[in-house]
Parts: sequence; C-alpha cells; structure tokens
Amino acid sequence: MIKLKVNRKEYTVDINPETPLLWVLRENLGLTGTKFGCGMALCGACTVHLDGEAVRSCVTPVARAEGKEITTIEGLSLDSGHPLQQAWIAEDVPQCGYCMSGQIMSAAVLLRENPRPADADIDAAMAGNICRCGAYQRIRRAIHLAARIQGQGGGR
Amino acid sequence: MSGIFNLSRRKFCQAGMLAGGGLILGFYLPGLDRAAAAAPPIEGTFAPNAFLKIGTDDLVTVIVNHSEMGQGVYTALPMLVAEELDADWSKVRFEAAPVDPVYNHALWGMQATGGSTSTWTEYERLRQAGATARAMLIAAAAAAWKVAPSSLRAEQGQVVHTASGRRLTYGQLAEKAAGLAPPKNVKLKDPKNFKLIGKPAKRLDTPEKVNGQGVYGLDVKVSGLLTALIARPPVFGGKVKSFDAEKAKAVPGVRQVVQIDRGIAVVAEGFWAAKRGREALGIVWDEGPQAGLDSRKQREQFAELAAQPGAVAKQKGDADAALAGAAKKIEAIYELPYLAHAPMEPLNCVADVRGGSCEIWVGTQFQTGDRDTAVEITGLKPGQVKLHTMLLGGGFGRRAVPDSHFVREAVQVSKAVKAPVKVVWTREDDIRGGYYRPVVYHAIAAGLDGAGHPVTWRHRIVCQSFTVDTPFEGAMMEHGVDASAVEGARGLPYEIPNLLVDWKRAPGAVPCLWWRSVGHSHNAFVVESFFDEVARAAGKDPYEFRRALLKNHPRHKRALELAAQKAGWGKPLPPGMGRGLAVHESFKSFVAQVAEVSVSKEGKIRVHRVVCAIDCGPVVNPDTIAAQMESGIVFGLSAALYGEITFANGRVQQRNFHDYPVLRINEMPVVEVHIVSSKDAMGGVGETGVPPIAPAVANAIFAATGRRIRRLPIRGEDLKKV
Repeated sequence: MIKLKVNRKEYTVDINPETPLLWVLRENLGLTGTKFGCGMALCGACTVHLDGEAVRSCVTPVARAEGKEITTIEGLSLDSGHPLQQAWIAEDVPQCGYCMSGQIMSAAVLLRENPRPADADIDAAMAGNICRCGAYQRIRRAIHLAARIQGQGGGR
Repeated sequence: MSGIFNLSRRKFCQAGMLAGGGLILGFYLPGLDRAAAAAPPIEGTFAPNAFLKIGTDDLVTVIVNHSEMGQGVYTALPMLVAEELDADWSKVRFEAAPVDPVYNHALWGMQATGGSTSTWTEYERLRQAGATARAMLIAAAAAAWKVAPSSLRAEQGQVVHTASGRRLTYGQLAEKAAGLAPPKNVKLKDPKNFKLIGKPAKRLDTPEKVNGQGVYGLDVKVSGLLTALIARPPVFGGKVKSFDAEKAKAVPGVRQVVQIDRGIAVVAEGFWAAKRGREALGIVWDEGPQAGLDSRKQREQFAELAAQPGAVAKQKGDADAALAGAAKKIEAIYELPYLAHAPMEPLNCVADVRGGSCEIWVGTQFQTGDRDTAVEITGLKPGQVKLHTMLLGGGFGRRAVPDSHFVREAVQVSKAVKAPVKVVWTREDDIRGGYYRPVVYHAIAAGLDGAGHPVTWRHRIVCQSFTVDTPFEGAMMEHGVDASAVEGARGLPYEIPNLLVDWKRAPGAVPCLWWRSVGHSHNAFVVESFFDEVARAAGKDPYEFRRALLKNHPRHKRALELAAQKAGWGKPLPPGMGRGLAVHESFKSFVAQVAEVSVSKEGKIRVHRVVCAIDCGPVVNPDTIAAQMESGIVFGLSAALYGEITFANGRVQQRNFHDYPVLRINEMPVVEVHIVSSKDAMGGVGETGVPPIAPAVANAIFAATGRRIRRLPIRGEDLKKV
C-alpha cells in the first residue's frame, strides 16, 4: 500500500512501487490531465510537481512520491485561474493541446522562481517540454503575460 | 469547388425538437445513405444527424464533423454557423459528430478529416445551416408577435422587432422554431456584413486544454477497462514464430495474452503491467523478406531507379532536347528520408466489443473507415457500432489510416477478451511503427539559354506509392502516376517552355502514409531549392528571378512580394547570416517564407526569423491562420533540421525523441505571419505552412555559407568550416 497526497487530497493505492507515478495518477486516481508522451523524460508532457519541484512523472517511481505533496494540472488552481492558465487562454496557446498540462506545470515552477523571466530564462526552463504543434512562440508570449498578471496579484 | 455546390443544391433541411426542448437543424444529403436520410428526427427526441442545436438555455451547439487535432476546426466551423445565425459567440459550443453519412466530408463521401479541406469544404454548407436557422427563428418571432418577418432583425442571439424594440432570445424561440418548416432558399450574408468571419476569435477548446479536462483518446475511462500493449514485428512484414504467454502472464496485473493479426497483445490491469508483460513474451520472429532492409543500400537502389524513365506526370515541349541544346546545364540529386509523424499523443484506441454491440473511443481522422473495420471484424451491422471521436493529441495524417490498423487492433483484442480494452502505443511503438512519409530520391536538371533564361526543367521523382491497393488508389492514381508523389512538382509555376516531370515507382518496403503536406513536403524542398540553384547559375537575385517567371501566377507572386517586403529582402545582414526564400502552392493556398539563418564555424545552424505570407483566399479566423503557419514552420523545421527514420538489418534505428529529435522552444525562431488580402478561392491552412520552410532555410544557408543543401535533414557537420 502506498499513501499519496495529490492536490491536497490523500489516497491509498495498492500498486507495484516501481510503477511510474504517471500511470498511478492516470489509471488509479483518474487524473488524466497529466499526459503520456515518451516514457523517457524527453518530452515533458507528464510534468507534475513533487513538493513544488517539476518532475517527469513517467520516470518517477510512485514510491518516490510517497510522503510528498504532489500537484497535477488539476490541482494547479481551483478554477483555471492560475496566471499561466489565464495567459494561456488570452494568447490562445494550445493547438492540439496535448502537451499543455506539462508546459504549464513546468512554467509554474519557472514563474515561482523567477517572477520576471527573460526569453532566455524561458528557453532554458521550457526546453524539456516538446510541443509538436509548434506553439512555442505563444508559450513565450503567454509566460511573459502570466508574469505580468502574477506581478499585479491577478492569480486565483 | 463544384463538388460541394452540387451537394449543396441537392441538400434539404429538416428541423426537429430536442429532447429538452429547442431547435435542431440537420442537412441531409440524399444519395449518400438512404437509410439515414429516410429517418428524420422524431419529434420530442434528440436526433443526432444535425449540425446545429439550440437549447432553451440559449446555448447554440454546433456539431462538428471534422476532427480537432489542433488545427482549430472546433472553432472555425462553429464560426461559420454562428455568423449566419447571428449567434452570441459566448453562447456557442461544439460537439464532435457521431458517425453518420450526414456528416460525411462534403467531397469525399466518407467521414474524414484531411487535406487541409475542413473549412473551405464546409464554408457553404455550415453557413447555410446557420442562415436557415436564423430565418426560422425570425419566422417564429414574427408569428409570436404577429408582425411581418421583414420588420425583424437578428443580432447576438436574439430576434429584435426594430420598431418596438421587443426582443426574444433564441432559447425562448427555439421550441416554436422547431415546429416550422425550414425555408428552401435562404440568402447568405454579403461578406462585408460579416461580424465574426474574418476577425480573430478565441478558440472554443482552449479552456479545457489548460486545466487537464479535455478528453483525448488516451484519457477515456470506461468501467472495467483493461490496457493492452501489442508486440509488433521488429521488421515490417515479419511474423510471429513463437512466444511464451505464460511468462507474460506471470507478471502481476497481466490478465491475458492474445494473438491478433498484427502481433501479440498483452492485456493487463494497467499500462505498466502490460508493458512488463510484453517485455516477458520472449517472441521469436520470422523476419520475412525485409530482414535485410538497409538505408544505405536503399539509397543505391533508388539511384539506379532514377536512371530509368518514369511515368509522365507533366510534359510540355521537349525537355531533353532543350537540355541537350542549353547554353548552361544545372543538374542535381536531392534526397529526403522517411519521416515519422510523432504526434504528442501516442496512438491509442478503446474498443468495447460485447453482446452484439461495439463501442469505440478514438482520436481518428477516418471515422467511416474505422467504423467499417469494426463492422468487418465483429460481423455487426454499421448501426451497432458506435464510434466516439475524441480530441486528437496531434494527427498530421498519422490518424488517417486507410487500413484502420490502430482501431483494428483494439477491436480484435476486445473481441478476444470480451472486455473493454485500451490499446496504447508507446513512443517507441510510434516511432518504429511505420506509416512514414516515404523516402524520396529526386534527379533534377535545368538548362539556361545564352541570356540566362531558363529554357527547360526536368524533374524525376523516385518513391513508393502508399495509395496503391488502398481505397484511395482510384482518387490518387492518374495515368499511372500517384498524385501524392508528384503534387507540388508537376504544377511548376515558373514560366519555362520545356518541362518534364515523371515518377519512377520504388518498391514499397515500408508502410507509408500522408505526412502533413504529403508530396509537397519533399517536392517543395526540391523545386524551391533547385530553382534557387538555377537563379544563382543565371547570376540573378532569387527573389527577382522568381518574380519575373511568375507573371502568370499572381497569387504566388503576391505572397512572395508580401513576404519579401515584410522581411526586408535585399537589406544587408550581419556576417555569417543569410536570407533565403521559397514560395509554394499547396492545398489551394499560396505561401511564401523568408528565413534568416546563421551558421557558426562549428556548423551549428540557427534559424532566427521566419517571415511568412499566405494567400488562402477569404479568411475565417486570422488567428488560427497565424497559428497554423507557426505550427507548419515548426513542423517543417523539425524535419529539415533533424527528422530521419533509417533502417539497418530491417529495423528502424530510431526510437524516441532523443534520436528522433524535434524542435524545442530554445530553437524557436521569431515567426511573423502576414495574410494577403484576397477574394480568390478559399484554400486550406493546416498543412500549407510546412512546404516552404525547408527550402527557405536551405537557401538561406547557401546565402550564408555558399554551401548547397541537397539532402535532408541538414547535416551541421557538412557545414563546418575546415
């Protein structure tokens, strides 16, 4: 039995401890906002927060997440009101949208650590997240906008 | 376009009531499926063969018959309805259409998404749907107020009596309108009165794509759902010799192991158990005739084929004689590799085949074929197969498969285990799973006269056909030439008196498929790169040389001029940088791109800026057009800089994003998109941004370094300064 705390809610799961956190979130807890893209920590679609740090859940054994605060896209805000989510909507960033949970979760750590990131900071922080639709230019724009929203205390 | 207009003329409308009250409006196309056309919606019940529902809650739901894979159809198509309906855009919703002949592609006689056709083929039909509904709502209000319909107007989801200012919302009118006969000839708006079409609209699907709520095929939840991974042959055409089901079943969580047409399925409680179970199968394969497939040998084979004449795709004058007599000859070989689509969401399909029914949940571009495949496997009637189109985590053509293989697998596994099953492809399964853009070898030559004018152009294309022996053969093969191999080459827009384009069919060693922009993806690279070579050989500026020879192609020319002007063509750049351009027509749209590129001493390529101009005719959502150009440029850049699937010992040598890299944000150029103001025929935007980028970049590299790129992906080591 493994005890998990996901989005401030506690769960107990009977699972092989080697199972990647990604599949436990998606299959056992029904939190399908976190996506499977590569299984090798190469694309970032599965990014979640473990105690506030971005991790690739596709290569994180679930046992490593025990006792930590896990946050997924579903728990980033109560009503899509995180500055990044607001900015993503304002800039119409997503196309197919599949990578966007991971993009936003990576960007959330960036914005917390660096409230006014420059393009180079964004590139460095976001290079692990692939968007096959090529929405990168809009991702950059939206992160800058989110930084402004956050700076004005506009997050929910 | 005549096809759609013919269909439009044949259409008739039927209205009916929604279960919860309200108006639904359907357009039935008799002749496509009599059974469906003969079964109008029953009063008081929901009938799904419709494009539009208006509820008493004022919500307008547009039922979209094209799949949303990022290209924005869940917004653009509702805009068409909403415009003529004078709907309140904030009340407009979308819903994926079920499989029914009424939702067939307006030209193709099947439900499918592809060819960058969604918006222009629906432009007439969906505006008609909206205009008809508006007329019925106005008629309902006229009856309620006992006034002439001509005294009323519709605006923002309401009917207004102009003289008195009285208003009723569409929701308030929906039930009354549902009882009326739809008018036969509604007049569409003059485009100058458009309120939505042509202006940027926010995508309707964005909110659910930023909070994890959007449901892609891989996210489908069904009670009792099992997960299957399939072990497929490591060599295309291989067969299973033996395997150890017991070892796989010994993995905790594995329920069953079943053999299906395409391999061995390990069915488990979840992905991880299925994956571990698959690893334990110990399969011995009969590798079959492709066991020796090797990319280097294949290259030699293609070179031999290129020495032989092909089937003629286009001929004008005598290209060979003109070449023999030319004052200056330019000849080159261009080569392009197999490419995987690699959509972010790996392929998957959920099927539930039990007790005389089959339900499928899948992100697909090919609903009718997939449904028919399930019919064939299960022996059920089409009406007993229910297919739900989910959000597609990217398509790029990979989810439009004539053999429906990824649906076939899921239906076969579910049928065998009598339980709902989700077949999941890993990224490795995807990269190694075939259905690639074909490898292509081009032999091309041109001749100049003494004054530097091009007098002849000879282009031979060597590649396999992936439409032969599929239901698309009839549509694609013309006089022995596969149109998907020569598109973008046979219609050379430049004024050259002698021309020969032919196609030499290569053996189909590997399953191949349409890859975003299909034949244009390789032909544009070759034509626009080689044209640059010809311009240089003539001692001309590549931009002016193109302009001069495009005098009979005004749409190419306008796009080219706009891109060049916005890019500052001719302005000096810092040392080490170069500017290149390309212009190409595909999918009825015309796109020109100017790329600014630098190449370091170590051969590192950096694309700094891309200026893109598109003429796609009338514009529906300009922001979507910009997004699709950005997207096509990134997709094409990934292929130009990195994309390559190769074979050794019959096996694909790449497997995931480390050895099949794609562009990342730190490599993203600044992209500027400019739309040509155009009243010409409407074209597509989903694919048409892809073709020009590789030649624009290659031409820029030439401008920067003097080195000509004739083989993709571009190899930085070839550009090192020695």
